Amino acid sequence: MTDDPRLSRRTIIKGGAGVAFGIGSVGALRLFGTPDAKQNPADCTTRDLSASDKQFIISNWPLYIDENSKKNPSTLQRFEKATGINVSYTDDVNDNDQFFGKVKNQLGTCQSTKRDMFVLTDWMAARVIDFGWIQPLDPAVVPNLHANIIDSLAAPAWDPKRTYSAPWQSGLTGMAYNKKYLPKGIKAYSELLTRSDLKGKVTMLTELRDTMGLIMLGQGTDPAKFTDAQWQKAMDALRKATNDGQIRRFTGNDYVQDLSAGNVLACEAWSGDIANAGDDNLVFVPPEEGMMIWADNMLVPNLATHKTNAEKWINYYYEPEVAARLADYNQYICPVKGAQQAMEKIDPGNVDNELIFPTDETLKTTHRFMALDESRTKNYGRQFSDVTG
Amino acid sequence: MARSGKRRYTAYWLLAPGAIWLVLFFVVPFYSLVATSLYDPNGSVLSGYKVTYHFSNYWHALKSYHPELLRSLWYAGLATLVCLVVGYVLAYAIAFKAGKWRNLLLVLVIAPFFTSFLLRTLSWKLILSDHGFVVSTLQNVHILSHDGRLLNTWFAVVAGIVYNFLPFMVLPLYASLEKVDGRLIEAAGDLYANPFRAFFKVTWPLSLPGVVAGTLLTFIPAAGDYINAQLLGGPGQTMVGNKIENLFTTSQDYPDAGALSMILMILIIGMVMVYIRTSGTEDLV
Repeated sequence: MTDDPRLSRRTIIKGGAGVAFGIGSVGALRLFGTPDAKQNPADCTTRDLSASDKQFIISNWPLYIDENSKKNPSTLQRFEKATGINVSYTDDVNDNDQFFGKVKNQLGTCQSTKRDMFVLTDWMAARVIDFGWIQPLDPAVVPNLHANIIDSLAAPAWDPKRTYSAPWQSGLTGMAYNKKYLPKGIKAYSELLTRSDLKGKVTMLTELRDTMGLIMLGQGTDPAKFTDAQWQKAMDALRKATNDGQIRRFTGNDYVQDLSAGNVLACEAWSGDIANAGDDNLVFVPPEEGMMIWADNMLVPNLATHKTNAEKWINYYYEPEVAARLADYNQYICPVKGAQQAMEKIDPGNVDNELIFPTDETLKTTHRFMALDESRTKNYGRQFSDVTG
Repeated sequence: MARSGKRRYTAYWLLAPGAIWLVLFFVVPFYSLVATSLYDPNGSVLSGYKVTYHFSNYWHALKSYHPELLRSLWYAGLATLVCLVVGYVLAYAIAFKAGKWRNLLLVLVIAPFFTSFLLRTLSWKLILSDHGFVVSTLQNVHILSHDGRLLNTWFAVVAGIVYNFLPFMVLPLYASLEKVDGRLIEAAGDLYANPFRAFFKVTWPLSLPGVVAGTLLTFIPAAGDYINAQLLGGPGQTMVGNKIENLFTTSQDYPDAGALSMILMILIIGMVMVYIRTSGTEDLV
């Protein structure tokens, strides 16, 4: 307690401790790196409890399974009854990227997600298989898959023998409008971007490949094969429409409510959503430019404790009659051969429904999006999400 | 001696659970956040990210996302101001004029917390919907043009924030107004102060601790909020919270996301410190 202007011993000790703490902290930061996320599915396995623990946990997209009623039990209910397996079904996949973010920390470090199955779109399925996060399916438990999958979906480049994945449904991306508020409707996708009477009454999807694919089709670019310059041109069109206030919002599955309420007059839409929204005013339109086609795939992640039960589920949904029942509700493209014949008994009105059983003619007007490498995925994804918010 | 030594350690033992909790769930995550903001931007989720003390992430984040940062501060500031005006009147009425209804009114202020934050925000979508009664009424009286709207505009976002954070303003205001001695206001009247003057000379200064606490409790979470902008806004109303969420989950650009989070934190701490200094209520908060 002196007024000595020189440093007291206490100050020196305190200062020294402070400096040491600072240096230590800066060094300690190195410990907080993020490890690489690559795994080997063969090393990251667990004991399969399927036989003793009769349950199974699945994450799927909203509005993607038929509803249960007393008179007409759902396919899920029938599966439970037939196999004695208790299904925990959650619809918590609203966006591929968001779901990836949700499970990334667990799967990237070989920890359990507490799920036995989730359903992701082609490009994201390819990505997680490439990361080594997905278990191969046992062909002995899923004979229906390999026997009944339709030819157009049997051999994608990223899983040519369907070793890891099984399509749940396939679908088309086009447009929809509400005829109560927009009686004249729309014909071309480019109208969404430019028509002035739709300003602020349009939504588009946060799914990069759908939105950018359709814009490219309007610009005469092939979404399956494009250059960086063509990508930029499509990006510019989207950016302009967004900055002009033409586009009200970018959405996941939640666009249907806005369209139904009339907040949105016309939007980019997935085929089945509109058919099963339960609102007769909503109309799905294939854009003049063509449509995007995709499939959502069932995948069994590493450390799934009920893998065999999950495979039984896949096998069950590849029975033509079950597939027909599901498609009758979902109105998405049915990936199972023989379901069209089975549909005659379930709902004859849907046998010739192009949204469920598209003809080869229709399939010719559909397009797939180019496979992107990891650096393009990041770079394009960043540009896209900078615009969509 | 032995007894006093024991006593000296008792305090530390009692502090230990809280201290361990804070170290595990505050200090460690904070280090992790700082480290994330200094990652090598060339990394990716697949190849992992290394800490390379890459300070230019901050510059990059600031350059790319300053509009969202400014917008967040602007929306949060505006919402806090509206909350203060609405909340003060409400708290004043409850504290001085409510009489036997006081407890009921207080419960009503807190009542919205009994339902989920998300549900309450989603119901604002119905209220402000383009064909709902609010918009059609405003259109009929020509406050809005015939094709004007409220949903997915800045107005909806700010209104959502005001609604969601109002209780955080009202409760501290009520707590400090309730303590104001009514006789002081009477005394001001006896000394020929008109009600206005009495308010500004007596009630307002005495309620300042509540004002400071309320504005802080509203502004800080509002600046980082992203639910209101996501559900009630559009692509032109993106706030910094949305950007951070998007960078982390969608683009998986961890360095930028970390740097942006740090910038927001530093900015808010700085603003709060200046605010507390200038309002001269260090000893009250």
